[in-house]
Amino acid sequence: MTSLPQPVPGAKKLGLVIDLDTCVGCHACAVNCKEWNTGGHHAPLPDHDPYGKNPDGVWFNRIHSYEAGCGSSSRTVNFPRSCLHCEQPQCVTVCPTGASYKRAEDGIVLVNTDICIGCKLCSWACPYGAREFDEDQGVMKKCTLCIDRIYNEALPEAEREPACVASCPSRARHFGDLGDPDSPVSKLVAERGGVALMPELGYAPVNRYLPPRKATIPAKPLERPAAGSGNALLRLIDKVLSR
Amino acid sequence: MSKDIIEYSQPIGDRAVYTTCYMCACRCGIKVHLKDGRLRYIEGNRDHPVNRGVLCGKGSAGIMNVLSPARLRKPLKRVGPRGSGEFKEIEWEEALAIATDRLATIRATDPNSLAFFTGRDQSQSLTGYFAQMFGTMNFAAHGGFCTVNMAAAGLYSVGGAFWEFGEPDWELSKLFLMIGVAEDHDSNPIKLGLGRLKERGAKIIAVNPVRTGYAAIADEFVGITPGTDGLFILSLVHCLLQSGQIDPTFLVRHTNAHYLVIDSPGAPDHGLFAGDAEGKPLTWDRATDRVADAETSDIDPALLGTYQLPDGRAARPAFALLADRYLAPDYAPEAVADRCGITAETIRRIAAEIAEIAFNQPVVLNQPWTDTAGRRHESMLGRPVAIHAMRGISAHSNGFQTCRAIHVLQMLIGAIDTPGSWRYKSPCPKPFAESAPPGGKRRNANGSLTAAPLGFPQGPEDLLVDEAGEALRLDHAFSWEAPIAIHGMMHMAIAGAHAQNRQKIDTLFLYMANVAWNSAMNPGEATRMLTDRNENGTYRIPFVIYADAFFSETVPYADLVLPDTTYLERYDCISLLDRPIGSAHGPADAIRIPVLQPDRDVRPFQDVLIELAGRLGLPNFVNEAGKPLYHSYADYMVRHERRPGVGPLAGFRGKDGTAVGRGAPNPDQLRRYIANGSFWRHHLPPEQLYYKHSNRRYLEDAKAMGLIGDDRKITLQIYCETLQKFRLAAEGHGPVVPPERLRERVARFMDPLPFWYTPIEETVVDRARFPLHAITQRPMAMYHSWGSQNAWLRQILSENRLYIHHSAAAPLGIADEDWVRVESRNGTLKCRVRLMDGVNPNTVWTWNAIGKRSGAWTLDRDAPESHTGFLLNHLISEYLPADPSGRSASNSDPVTGQAAWFDLTVRIERCAPHEVAETAPHPASLTPPFKPDHPHILRFGAKRGETSR
Repeated sequence: MTSLPQPVPGAKKLGLVIDLDTCVGCHACAVNCKEWNTGGHHAPLPDHDPYGKNPDGVWFNRIHSYEAGCGSSSRTVNFPRSCLHCEQPQCVTVCPTGASYKRAEDGIVLVNTDICIGCKLCSWACPYGAREFDEDQGVMKKCTLCIDRIYNEALPEAEREPACVASCPSRARHFGDLGDPDSPVSKLVAERGGVALMPELGYAPVNRYLPPRKATIPAKPLERPAAGSGNALLRLIDKVLSR
Repeated sequence: MSKDIIEYSQPIGDRAVYTTCYMCACRCGIKVHLKDGRLRYIEGNRDHPVNRGVLCGKGSAGIMNVLSPARLRKPLKRVGPRGSGEFKEIEWEEALAIATDRLATIRATDPNSLAFFTGRDQSQSLTGYFAQMFGTMNFAAHGGFCTVNMAAAGLYSVGGAFWEFGEPDWELSKLFLMIGVAEDHDSNPIKLGLGRLKERGAKIIAVNPVRTGYAAIADEFVGITPGTDGLFILSLVHCLLQSGQIDPTFLVRHTNAHYLVIDSPGAPDHGLFAGDAEGKPLTWDRATDRVADAETSDIDPALLGTYQLPDGRAARPAFALLADRYLAPDYAPEAVADRCGITAETIRRIAAEIAEIAFNQPVVLNQPWTDTAGRRHESMLGRPVAIHAMRGISAHSNGFQTCRAIHVLQMLIGAIDTPGSWRYKSPCPKPFAESAPPGGKRRNANGSLTAAPLGFPQGPEDLLVDEAGEALRLDHAFSWEAPIAIHGMMHMAIAGAHAQNRQKIDTLFLYMANVAWNSAMNPGEATRMLTDRNENGTYRIPFVIYADAFFSETVPYADLVLPDTTYLERYDCISLLDRPIGSAHGPADAIRIPVLQPDRDVRPFQDVLIELAGRLGLPNFVNEAGKPLYHSYADYMVRHERRPGVGPLAGFRGKDGTAVGRGAPNPDQLRRYIANGSFWRHHLPPEQLYYKHSNRRYLEDAKAMGLIGDDRKITLQIYCETLQKFRLAAEGHGPVVPPERLRERVARFMDPLPFWYTPIEETVVDRARFPLHAITQRPMAMYHSWGSQNAWLRQILSENRLYIHHSAAAPLGIADEDWVRVESRNGTLKCRVRLMDGVNPNTVWTWNAIGKRSGAWTLDRDAPESHTGFLLNHLISEYLPADPSGRSASNSDPVTGQAAWFDLTVRIERCAPHEVAETAPHPASLTPPFKPDHPHILRFGAKRGETSR
């Protein structure tokens, strides 16, 4: 079994903040993630039967759209799902070889595929379904928070963010240090009441989801004329108009 | 324990190329990374005006289209029966010779017997020009079955249009109404905009029968019944008029609301604007109590009342006619609520919210500007209510008038190109008066048409009809059946070519339009007509040339196939002569450049068209000696001049590349574009950003740049006098009148003020038998794309369901995932259902174009796309049921000819348990004319030499 690193006070907790108020469920983040990562640290992300009956590949980020509730309270939710980089990740502690590990310096949960034996214990342990098994290579793979982008000195600084964040067309995804209460992402979470997924399980996910909200326009009812007269319109039109 | 090796700072590739995406119609800027000459990664171009760095799922999956096994490899000549898919690979020289011989014979005999129809291509300024120079009027692109209702209504009303020529003011709008906007039109710009509105706390209202995608994040979802949007909008207008919540100053300064309309029923000028001796429109000036030039300043125009013209006749301001119509009880919320499926209370509340935002929370920019009357204004007043409307409006047979109704609502509250409202995208606004009518009636001595085949009729005299008033074009566009069919009627092309009742067609030349499948209203009929033979055994449609990059469902029906490249293997231009990438901030255009060289014997279609034009000796494609003027599309993009100084690309013109819009061709132009990320944009100064239709400096500069030919004020047409001209003809006035059988129809639908009518198909089917509306939308990850063979995108969606409301399913005993039979007046299909809550209870819907024909796109024959995927099109027809005389009218909007896909109504019943679990109809499998390379496992991105363990 694999142990977690000793918590370092003030260490970074890198993660994602995903705005469910803004996510339109377009899959842009998922496909760009696939495209980046299939040539990235965990390359490749294979696709089985790509042109056949059961096309099925490795994706680190998947989008689910579903309805919640019924009638007037019902809504359609678009829900992107990827590794939450938990603070207490059981996917790491169950790993028999140390392949699955959490980094002390930034909190990213990674898999060392060189020593992964493909036992899948981690995927059984993860309640969020965030692990992806590469049957072709027989190893587990997962979201790396684009570790080969966020620290990539070959990229301009503005581009050092995960592919899903860079590509998101409605700008519903944010990346940053959730361990720093003054970081823009922490402030966003505080302001919008961001939530962790299933915190009751005790894995302490780092990623946060911002709940949907509803803008309203208080407006007083429009004047309705008494039967047979268009008073309000006449009053308006009666005024001198200047072309 | 071995340490994980992480290479943090690997460069993405060894080369990056900026070009323009073409996975859909949005024209986003992309940065394509290559490694060892192969594709590695595509990302959004952060400097690009359209997508500002973001990229949708299709764009990111472009790699899989470029590597698709469905790519055609070589020109093909049919050797078996049409539809059999038996082809022989031939050399380009033979293919070009076949096409040239055929087209040369046509041009020498009857040029109109070439029907040239293109799909979602972005080179219509070239394809349309080819048709014009060839001399055929029978040309159109895909707009007729897409959104011509929005284009026509917009251009005839405000000189701009939703989507292509207009956009919401994402930065300043406080209320956004999104009407009939499926998950498309457009992609990234709307998503960026919605994100921005959310960030600013603006309210979003989605008016749509289906709550998915964009509608899912709206603050309010209004689940309207399909085809009733016009009623809803005009009911909002009713409420706003009743309460006086309109902007009369905007109306008299910017629209024709105060123009006097002649009230003389039966007279040849009834309903036209009263004019002075010079024909200038008149108004009633309350200050002097007499008529005055409606476009002069410092008058006090009347908006209500009836007045006597100097010649003694009566006339009324256009606004008075409008007020009479919409104040009538028929448009009261209580009268329309049931029909629309929206409570009267909701309609009244939304009207109140519009009024609140427009008049109690206006936006005022401290930005001086000067209007066309020469008056300086110290600020710009805006009504921050923005509207975007699209397919859900357009695809109904009442879509033109419904879209006009939306524009009327915008005009009434002063929400056209004012801060926070809906804004023109460059090159609009355009003055309607300078739009050329459709070409086709006359030819020049060199055989070319005197005008482009698609144009803007300004009255009956511009129609393409014979002396009996019957259509000249094969699709009947610009006839009395569809007078302002400004995009043509592609959905009638095959039917027209087959019927041969108006124009005998020798060759059907198609590009990038899947007319034998999802681009046909009725694929079964389309394929039957394509294979139908005369008694002597020859094909009824004699010859079909088709250009496509992939093995689509249409390829097997061609006699000659010209294989196109993918979008990363060609030059292209997103031209100001067509539909550029301009925004409210100013004009812009873009190019595509080859990132890769094709690994197959294929050629860019535009290069092929220019080659054919040269071989045919078409005017302006050859020099005086008959030698071709251009060796490629790239060459044409730089050197072609449509008007002096105006060519396909507006940027970097002139000898030194500094001319904007207008200037001599610059041999260095493409290099300059490439150095600039493959696009060009011009930023308008702040004083020109709003009120463009009346903004003197904007109009003057737009004229100087060649965007418009006339810098006079563009008056917004709240009353569309042009439509009235057609109506008068229907009453028998004028030299060009409709045939007797169409008079009532023309008089009814060509109404100068918008009105709502029941979608036509609904009036001719048994609604008791077909009680449910049936509509489609494209999923965001596949909108406007050719993505079904895409290895990544098809993992997101490879089969579709019919979605139905719980309350509609329950009485039919239908449960989730049941197989059902869906029947319309035109046919029956079988599919599976999924129950949902966020859909109008009288409506079923599905994802469009997920269903594929077995074997097409080289997918395995048992792929879900053909096994459990289905196409709703099988239930639709391009024709309405025949009238008593046996004539069938097109299933289209009677004004514009827009295909009325969404008028469909159906009935549903549960299939018996023993029925085969496969969607039906299930046409025979197609076999590609080559062996596709289908890897069992795709390992894209694997390091070279790396394989599985």
